[in-house]
Amino acid sequence: MSTTGHHVVLRTSPHLRETPTVDVIMRNVVYALLPIVAFSIYQFGISVLALVLVCVGTCIAVEHLVCRWSHRPTTVNDWSVTITGLLLALTLPPGFPLWMAMVASVAGVGLGKLFFGGLGYNVMNPALIGRAFAQAAFTAPMTTWVPILAPDRFTSFIPSTFTLPFLRPESIQPWLEVVAPDGFSGATPLALMKFEQVPTDSLQLLLGSTAGSAGETSALLILLCGAYLVYRRMMEVRVTISVLVVAALTTLVFYLIDGDKYPGPLFMLCSGGLMLGAVFMATDMVASPVTPLGVWIYGGLIGFITIIIRLFGGLSEGIMYAILLANACSPLISSLTQPRRYGAPKKKGAA
Amino acid sequence: MSPDSHAFIFLNAFLINNFVLAMFLGLCPFLGVSGKVKTAWNMGLAVIFVMLVSSVCAFGINHLLVRFDLEFLRLISYIAVIASAVQLVEMFVKKFSPALFRTLGIFLPLITTNCAILGLALFQTNREYDFTQCLAFSLGAGAGFTLALVLMAGLREKLELADVPDTVTQAALSLMIAGLLSLTFMGFAGLGG
Repeated sequence: MSTTGHHVVLRTSPHLRETPTVDVIMRNVVYALLPIVAFSIYQFGISVLALVLVCVGTCIAVEHLVCRWSHRPTTVNDWSVTITGLLLALTLPPGFPLWMAMVASVAGVGLGKLFFGGLGYNVMNPALIGRAFAQAAFTAPMTTWVPILAPDRFTSFIPSTFTLPFLRPESIQPWLEVVAPDGFSGATPLALMKFEQVPTDSLQLLLGSTAGSAGETSALLILLCGAYLVYRRMMEVRVTISVLVVAALTTLVFYLIDGDKYPGPLFMLCSGGLMLGAVFMATDMVASPVTPLGVWIYGGLIGFITIIIRLFGGLSEGIMYAILLANACSPLISSLTQPRRYGAPKKKGAA
Repeated sequence: MSPDSHAFIFLNAFLINNFVLAMFLGLCPFLGVSGKVKTAWNMGLAVIFVMLVSSVCAFGINHLLVRFDLEFLRLISYIAVIASAVQLVEMFVKKFSPALFRTLGIFLPLITTNCAILGLALFQTNREYDFTQCLAFSLGAGAGFTLALVLMAGLREKLELADVPDTVTQAALSLMIAGLLSLTFMGFAGLGG
């Protein structure tokens, strides 16, 4: 048609589109999380299904009840609390006792979100507050892992799932000997690497055929689900990029210093909760900075602290604490990286 | 890192065993002066300064007390000497650097008899740090205090406009943020060890 190569695109009205509202965005995040939940249920069986239902149910109930008690309209309908429940369930170990999951949900939504006035005012990611609470209160169950693809996973629960309230779960060792007769080390790839210097194949990590928290196993699937949100323009992709890039660079530095002692970047990126955290939790819209430069700094901070805790800390995984800490820093990052107003004179020295 | 190295002592007091968020010392200035980032920052500088002064004083006094076999006077002499040393320095600063005094001045009397300051002096005595280790320890503790204070102030400034429930008043909100920050700092447990 035209020889210049420029095309004039003709469209009929309407040209103005409705901007996505909070509940539309939140609903799409839930859609993006569902494949991860489904994959996790496929891997670990009905125990994860129960865990997800309990977490989401408790979170919704807490939000609804607190709204009613504080004489406000209920905010359950904006879907954000559903995301919190899903994310919390995905960060817990598959055989986590359900009553403990309820406690973590109450702590996350009640103390981490509604205490500060609900959605929009939570200073840190509520799901991670719930998990951090559980990590502090129930250390042993939080680090009890189960093998994937156990033969009877769709017909029977992991024995620790139905621990009676206020009781500690019994040892799952007898059950483990039945489902994994070849022996199961009971450690995640990160713990294996950190405490026993045993690396795990990166392809396994990418596809998710390793032990770990319910939703932190397949890096590839999480990336695909994140890509959907990026495509819908409902996710702050700059945060994810800077988390992953800085984490990879930090790992690379230590890997080049001593390749025998420290793992390589690909292992670090694909293992543990880094991918889930970078895609779904670090990008929490409320608790991250609002300035363009601040977003990069915030993501970089998360990536850096994660790797430092993983390599030098007492824990094998650090993404949760890294995100919480960066959440705490984000008001400061925002105020320190205010862009210069157009036309305003440059600042000289201290303001 | 060896536990005796200066870097480890600094890091330990700065993050891992943060005076405020892991050992719960100095909570009154932490809750009282964390309303604004600007004042929190100045307060933090004052704390670093006072901690340095008191660390040096405590180190000297402890030597004297040990020499004359008077260790039972440690607590009271630490308090007296640290408070008077800070007062002296305050007068000195007031005379020679009014600008610095305006920044730090009002905070200095507030914190001279604080538990964080006394705690610092007692910890360094108990752990038998030598002089340079004492300096690293007091700098780390002061920097950690400043970090906690500034983070807290940032969050509180952000929450000034929040629609918090009526039952949650100022103090409850501050304590809740402090608790969450403390939970966050648990992630540093075991770092470098």
